[in-house]
Amino acid sequence: MKHFLLAAALILSAPAVMACETVTIGDLTIEHAWSKATIGAGRPGVFYVEITNAGSVDDALIGIATPAAGMPMLHETVVQDGIASMPHAMSIPVPAGQNVQLSPGGYHGMLMGLTTALKEGDSFPVTLSFEKAGEVTVNVDVLSLRAEGPDCADAGQ
Amino acid sequence: MRLRRLQLGLWVAAIAAMIIFAGTKWATQGEGVAETGPAFTPVFTLADEEGRIRTSAEFRGKFLLVFFGFTNCPDVCPTTLSDVAQVMDDLGADAEKVQPLFVSIDPERDRRLGLAAYTAAFHPAILGLAGTEAETQAAANSFKIFYGRENDAAAPDGYSMAHSPGLFLIGPDGEWLRQFTYGTPAADILSDLQSRF
Ligand SMILES: [Cu+2]
Repeated sequence: MKHFLLAAALILSAPAVMACETVTIGDLTIEHAWSKATIGAGRPGVFYVEITNAGSVDDALIGIATPAAGMPMLHETVVQDGIASMPHAMSIPVPAGQNVQLSPGGYHGMLMGLTTALKEGDSFPVTLSFEKAGEVTVNVDVLSLRAEGPDCADAGQ
Repeated sequence: MRLRRLQLGLWVAAIAAMIIFAGTKWATQGEGVAETGPAFTPVFTLADEEGRIRTSAEFRGKFLLVFFGFTNCPDVCPTTLSDVAQVMDDLGADAEKVQPLFVSIDPERDRRLGLAAYTAAFHPAILGLAGTEAETQAAANSFKIFYGRENDAAAPDGYSMAHSPGLFLIGPDGEWLRQFTYGTPAADILSDLQSRF
């Protein structure tokens, strides 16, 4: 955890960050990581991303960590019988050969205890922990509060 | 002979009744009765962002787009409020006919976190309302919607809110017109509104 925080801090302090970055670990491709601007740091932020498993072994996203928030967690928005709630997701399956999206109205990273307000145009690193593939860090683009999807040339938005 | 005539009469009546029943059923389905339901007039009395008491009666003459939510909700609530903001932008001059309302179902915390900054970040036209617990419950009952507090040790302040994520349309006479279910595209909400002006 300590060396992760150090690494994260180094990444955070890097002057130029590539937008719409794609990272890979093993058979997993992680791309289109985005977040929404927040009003102040008192309310939780959100984290969305797309994960593709090109391999033949099922994997699962089991946690996220970021220097941007004291308590990041995986959540799933569930609308059942007309009632929306967002329980904690213990893990998000990333089956072999499939593409999984954390996107509005479904799975999302809930960034509680923000260290600072997220401003449009900023970016921050999030480290994803996979059950089998291990840990990988991706830079997250902060978009407008009104954004409804990633703002990448290849994201089809 | 008389019996047969009576039997025939009954048969004709029964068949006529079936046709009328089927006909009305088809007609009401065509109007989307499942979406509109029987007519009712929801009411509320809630404080606005400045603490002034606002009531449903003062908005007569305008269409209301009403969303119940809480500001600690980064996933579902911004999606709907963004759609509402888009609708208000796209309405152009007709925007004055529509008043969007965000009713907090977590009023104490939302007042503390600041409701005005939140609604304004989406669109200046959106009016945020946060009453007392009793007033909020009364408003939800009147709109026939559910919300509830879910204790969750891992959530900020130890709880989260479950709620109906729909967007409700109220007519200029105060009557409940319809619900837009969560995820209805802004363009669909816009064209529905424009068809009513
Ligand atoms: Cu959440």
